[in-house]
Amino acid sequence: MRVPVSWLRDYVDLPADLTTAALADRLTMLDLKLEEIVSAGAELSGPIVVGRVLSAEPEPQKNGKTINWCSVDVGPVHNAEGNEPRGIVCGAHNFGAGDLVVVALPGSVLPGPFAISARKTYGHVSDGMICSGAELGTAGDPDGIIVLPEGSAEVGADAVALLGLRDEVLDLEVNPDRAYALSMRGVARDAAIGYDVAFHDPAAIDVPDDGSGAYPVVVDDALACPVFVTRTVTGFDPTRQTPRWMSRRLELMGMRPISLAVDVTNYVMLELGQPIHGYDRDALQGPITVRRGRAGEKVTTLDDVVRDVTPDDLLITDESGPIGLAGVMGGQTTELAATTTNIVIEAAHFDAPTIARTARLQKLTSEASRRFERGVDPQLPPYAAQRVADLLVALGGGEISAGLTLVGAAPALPQVSLAADLPARISGVAIAADTAALALRLNGCTVEQADGTLHVVPPSWRPDLTDPYDMVEEVLRHVGYDQVPSVLPHAPAGRGLTTQQRLRRRVGLVMAGAGYVEVKTFPFAGPADFDRLHLPDDDVRRDQVLLENPLSAEEPGLTTTLLTGALKALALNVGRGHDDVAIFETGRVFLPKDEASDAPIYGVDRAPSDDEFAAFDEALPEQPLHLVLTATGHREPAGWWGQGRRVQWGDAVDAVRRVADAVHVPLEVRAGSIPAPWHPGRTAELLVAGETVGFAGELHPRVCRDYGVPARTVATEIDLDRLLAAAPDLGRRPSFSAYPVAKEDVSLVVANRVASQDVADALAEGGGDLLESVRLFDVYTGEQVPEGHKSLAFALRMRAHDRTLTEAEATAVRDAAVARAAEVTGAVQRA
Amino acid sequence: MSGPNSDYDPVEVSPLHAEEVAAMRDAALAAIAAADTLETLKQVRLDHAGDRSPLGLANREIGALPPQARKDAGMRVGQARKAVSEAIAERTAALEVEAEARMLADETVDVTLPTDRTPAGARHPLTTIQEKVADIFVAMGWEVAEGPEVEAEWLNFDALNLGPDHPARTMQDTFWVTPEKAAMVLRTHTSPVQARTMLTRKPPIYVIAPGRVFRTDELDATHSPVFHQVEGLAIDEGLSMAHLKGTLDHFAQAIYGEGMTTRFRPSYFPFTEPSAEMDLLCYVCHNDPAEVADCRTCRGEGWVEWGGCGVVNPRVLVANGVDPERYSGFAFGIGLDRTITGRYDIADLRDLFDGDIRFTEPFGVEI
Repeated sequence: MRVPVSWLRDYVDLPADLTTAALADRLTMLDLKLEEIVSAGAELSGPIVVGRVLSAEPEPQKNGKTINWCSVDVGPVHNAEGNEPRGIVCGAHNFGAGDLVVVALPGSVLPGPFAISARKTYGHVSDGMICSGAELGTAGDPDGIIVLPEGSAEVGADAVALLGLRDEVLDLEVNPDRAYALSMRGVARDAAIGYDVAFHDPAAIDVPDDGSGAYPVVVDDALACPVFVTRTVTGFDPTRQTPRWMSRRLELMGMRPISLAVDVTNYVMLELGQPIHGYDRDALQGPITVRRGRAGEKVTTLDDVVRDVTPDDLLITDESGPIGLAGVMGGQTTELAATTTNIVIEAAHFDAPTIARTARLQKLTSEASRRFERGVDPQLPPYAAQRVADLLVALGGGEISAGLTLVGAAPALPQVSLAADLPARISGVAIAADTAALALRLNGCTVEQADGTLHVVPPSWRPDLTDPYDMVEEVLRHVGYDQVPSVLPHAPAGRGLTTQQRLRRRVGLVMAGAGYVEVKTFPFAGPADFDRLHLPDDDVRRDQVLLENPLSAEEPGLTTTLLTGALKALALNVGRGHDDVAIFETGRVFLPKDEASDAPIYGVDRAPSDDEFAAFDEALPEQPLHLVLTATGHREPAGWWGQGRRVQWGDAVDAVRRVADAVHVPLEVRAGSIPAPWHPGRTAELLVAGETVGFAGELHPRVCRDYGVPARTVATEIDLDRLLAAAPDLGRRPSFSAYPVAKEDVSLVVANRVASQDVADALAEGGGDLLESVRLFDVYTGEQVPEGHKSLAFALRMRAHDRTLTEAEATAVRDAAVARAAEVTGAVQRA
Repeated sequence: MSGPNSDYDPVEVSPLHAEEVAAMRDAALAAIAAADTLETLKQVRLDHAGDRSPLGLANREIGALPPQARKDAGMRVGQARKAVSEAIAERTAALEVEAEARMLADETVDVTLPTDRTPAGARHPLTTIQEKVADIFVAMGWEVAEGPEVEAEWLNFDALNLGPDHPARTMQDTFWVTPEKAAMVLRTHTSPVQARTMLTRKPPIYVIAPGRVFRTDELDATHSPVFHQVEGLAIDEGLSMAHLKGTLDHFAQAIYGEGMTTRFRPSYFPFTEPSAEMDLLCYVCHNDPAEVADCRTCRGEGWVEWGGCGVVNPRVLVANGVDPERYSGFAFGIGLDRTITGRYDIADLRDLFDGDIRFTEPFGVEI
């Protein structure tokens, strides 16, 4: 809402020396927040004065144009030496000798900035410029040069002040509950309260009515339209111009002046907050009828759009059909035209949700709908209609109807009762009951105090004041939010972070400790992403939670795998010249349920029951937390110490193994049937308690190619929720022996397809309790090992808890281990 | 070891005269002093302190002397031998120190060579600031509540006094899940976590809800469709706006240091009444008259916008099963993304989300 300070001062006796900045601060503390102060006309400087054209000689030019060589009297102060008039060249023709015009003299600056100086042109020295509205930064006169009405100004007077070109305008952010502040009247009332000065209500005018009615109205839906007022003006002169003061104010408010009749309706809306619609009475057919739309009806609104009407829309109709969308926008067939002499003024009150729904369905927001959907003073219509009629007749002539038509009545005002100490209890400020009552009265409420209770009836312009707490806010706004003291509450002893919260922190620390850098990507994805991952057409991961209004058609829904974001981030890093990159992310993926159900919508007069509450989560998609990592380049860089080491599949497995170890979850790593987007031979399936929780290894070469990341890029993705859910309360119990260790190395030859983990597991099983550890330290293929086989070298450590093992015992353990490995995996011990 | 000298001929005892012994000692000491390596010193020890050294031989002769002479000579030789062996020990120690110093000097490397063999990881500041905030509130006895990101429409809007026709509801640019009748949205704030908490716990409630939220803003330097918030909710008997301010002041001090404070400006949110915008004392200039005019962070205001807050609207309490006659509460919310960009003077919000490792690396593992 824009508020020209000069206009505001019409209604409120603000201190003369009050600065605009101070006013803005005060209004901000009253919940009318300043967005910015616009200094209109700040670009204008220097002598810009009223002049009288003494003569204007047309002079045709070679270029085909005709210029006027003018002699202009700008008064003794500004005239040339010897009080001689100034000679000025002007290309416009909508003025002549004897007219009062605005002259920018040499030394002045116009918006642009455009500095005016005496200059030679068309064979003359032009000693200034005769100005159009556009050149002064105000509305252009349709004909070009501004010609001031005779008698409206003295020659030589300051034209900037005369035309109101310089003004400070507050741009205020109006919250949805303060609809009254979408008017000068509302802002002025708050300003008057803020400075404790007199408020002059522009709606406090006489509304004469002889009971004869104006234009007939039928309201079919009194709930949606509780009040409808018409008043008519006949014999209006449509050729009359909008006075400059009015068009200037409309301009400052960001509205375009159109015609006198339309400008008056807009002006009164800005002044009082009541949207007004004007009809050409001669275009109306029969009574105005307010009713709901019917299927198949159409209306052409003032913005030139033919609109299909729905039964939800509230319409203004006459016998011809729809002539406007009630409270949103009028129709073309009955609009105020350049020839309109008889005007029907509509000032009505509409139900806020009805107007909001139409604005939303028709995707049409107007100054009127903005106000109605927030709530307009329902008692205003007769006054607003009168104000429009008064202005029309004063500025454009004609006659006001002796009566008015008023259908319906403003709804009764609610009474809100609250404990007199509620404002103090809720705000924490010591506010006495009398102070609270006074604050409410200042805001227009009537207040009765009885037995520690305040019975409050809010004013008609405050439909937002419905609850006791609303009254508390009004009182606190008056007392001042800055009065609220600072008191730290004492919460009962808490339980700290939950186990899951602590474990998630640990995962992040482990990943960072392992050299991975955390990224945060967006969870949006689409078929193109899944194509890049080479997911088969029937892959369940293509089944997304879709969005009605995605930002991009490429990413119509939420992702089912964190790889989509992580690989894009990796490609970005590679593209920016990072050769060695290791990143990770924890985030949710979104998996639709097999049987989709809608989430319930309940009332708000009570809480949902436990079963009703459970229905929310039953309907919502699964949203498990995943961990993803991906890496390329060197894991350990080359340096003066040597070659370095490139990232390989094992790093991806190792990282997730570290995470699992950190949360004490045994992680099973196995070669399995590996899906896209993984390298089928270089990826491990990860299991917790027999359930697959993810994969780790190399990405498929085609995936690397399509993401533009280097070949052999590795990655891991696991369901972190499932991993962490398996975390035991207690970590592993330390258990070790102080007796000496016996060490044996064994080399076992197995077929290539045999997983080394299976061999190690068999050794451990065969060795029993005395076999303390089994560690694979070498893998060998080549001579001495049969084709299609590999040799695995294991270090065995054997130790007893209660004695030193004899050599024979150690050998027996080793032999038992090897025997079991042979049995399970076909391993043959190398000599 | 020298044994008793039974066949000793007393005629030959002249070497045990005082001058002779002193000469032997001095010769030994001179040789010790001259030894400049441990190897030389080892030979000196054999030559001057060994069994066959002059003093060693002299020592063997003592037993053959008559008792009086034996005593004198024994004392003389003993003292000389002691002086020699002490000198050897001293010289050995000195040479060992020298040898060690030489060895260490020989092993010197260029310690300014790069040692970055294992790359350092880092955690995203949006993660670590959530943890920092959580720690501050957990220290006050609060707990951390969580909820889903795809959320039921009722919990995101209706439960928070944002009815279907509420003007504020259209102000929130919401991602709707397909189909619209499924009544699910990407949560537009973490407030549905507050609703979930009230619906599943009994007061007193003191929780914060940090997390990721969504609005349909195109990504640019100052807007993002995905951003992060932390909200707080307290429900108890007798809570007021003063407790809200006390909590926020404490929070501000814990994050930004002593002397920080907040101020309230009236505002509007459907879920709170009264509602306030909260400003934070500018953490750069502290509204110091000498600095505030030129402060880039607050643009000369002395305060920076920090978030919204207020007293929980009783309508919200009713919809979530809390008795408004018995309990009152307060709630607040701040944007974490802007907290990061403001605090670290980051001009472009996109830097937080495009995944360039150079953004995250400087933040280490905690902030």
